[in-house]
Amino acid sequence: MGRLRKLLIPGVDKSLLVRDAVKAMPDPTRRRFITTGASLGALTLLSGCDVIDSSSAEELLKKVSKFNDAVQAWMFNPDALAPTFPESMITKPFPFNAYYDLDDAPEIAGADWKLEVRGLVENKKPWMLDELYKLPQVKQVTRHICVEGWSAIGSWTGTPLRDFLKLVGADTRAKYVWFQCGDKDGYNSPLDMRTALHPQTQMTFKFADEILPRAYGFPMKIRVPTKLGFKNPKYVLSMEVTNDYKGGYWEDQGYNSFSGS
Amino acid sequence: MSSLAVSDDHADTSTPAKVIQPTWVRVLHWTNAVAMVLMIMSGWQIYNASPLFNFTFSSSITLGSWLGGALLWHFAAMWLLMVNGLIYLVLGFITGRFRRKLLPITPGGVISDAKAALTLKLSHGDLSKYNSVQKLLYAGIIVVGIVIVLSGLSMWKPVQLYWLSALFGGYDIARYVHFTCMALIVAFLVIHVALAVLVPKSLRAMIIGR
Repeated sequence: MGRLRKLLIPGVDKSLLVRDAVKAMPDPTRRRFITTGASLGALTLLSGCDVIDSSSAEELLKKVSKFNDAVQAWMFNPDALAPTFPESMITKPFPFNAYYDLDDAPEIAGADWKLEVRGLVENKKPWMLDELYKLPQVKQVTRHICVEGWSAIGSWTGTPLRDFLKLVGADTRAKYVWFQCGDKDGYNSPLDMRTALHPQTQMTFKFADEILPRAYGFPMKIRVPTKLGFKNPKYVLSMEVTNDYKGGYWEDQGYNSFSGS
Repeated sequence: MSSLAVSDDHADTSTPAKVIQPTWVRVLHWTNAVAMVLMIMSGWQIYNASPLFNFTFSSSITLGSWLGGALLWHFAAMWLLMVNGLIYLVLGFITGRFRRKLLPITPGGVISDAKAALTLKLSHGDLSKYNSVQKLLYAGIIVVGIVIVLSGLSMWKPVQLYWLSALFGGYDIARYVHFTCMALIVAFLVIHVALAVLVPKSLRAMIIGR
């Protein structure tokens, strides 16, 4: 306590200082799943053992989430297509959504940008945007479903990811394609290979027939209509074909990793 | 299982030691109660991330403290709810409990029993026999329970289970169906708990069976 007092600057309002310090702290509730006493009591009944500390409850929940990954991988049908919609049903305006404000969205200069390809691929040459634009493209009008519950129908045009993976000689027996992106704080996300090879999984260059705007992930996003929105990377910088589970921005915070639709 | 056959077959002989609620019903009932409370409280937290209506649930009554935590709870407790519910449905049908206890439900019976209940003239002499209002509510809540699970699955897997999603009119409408079922279950819960407290021997029967 004495040491703490010494750290306080004379003449500075202590309560303001504390308020500033709290503001600088990361959201403490983020990683804490259990707060209420009621929930702990319920878990004791649920597991039949005495769960006193919340960390063991979290461990149990994480185990069930891993189990749910396996169940979803088992349920995943590589031929089941996400429903498509007429253009008249496109949501306007399509929402911008991220863990930062639009002002903080990456501003990437298309001419300087290149897509890095790493890992278990034969050809690791980086790709310029105009090279990627020359690849055959298809359009899809599908529903984007956010983990928060809302959804919106959008129109995305680009190259099927499986065609690109074939083109660069990717080892499609690998477990994941791991994307790294230009979002602040370093968004990244693993995509299981079977979903990466799904016919509707797309390297997207256009939204509503226009070059992908900054709000939706210029210069390239990965549109995955069989996953929740947070597993649709934007502002993609690199992709890595890998057998290692490298985690992801949201996955590491507790969102279910498979999160398939 | 044997206690069930004994209790239900001898429902009309009123000995003091008569089993009103067999063991399997009690175990499944309280497991369901825990699962339901976990699902509802975590569901409220999930709802708060993108509210359908012009209100949110106070964080003092939600579970999970943020969306990610609530989803972990919801998708863990769903297994408890579904497996428990499935066992209940199977046993309810094969033991004949549903047919015996919940049927028949007639509009006339419901109206006269509702009147009797509101004028406090309803008999609670034999707890093993449900009155018409109870039959309607218990049968109804089973249907609501089935619909809330199916609409939940259709939102969890709108691509893999697209046919189920389509049955509910699509992902967006399934959200409203899911919410409505939750509201009906909460309303049922309020009445159910209030009446159990008003007729304490019914609560005792659900705990110790007699």
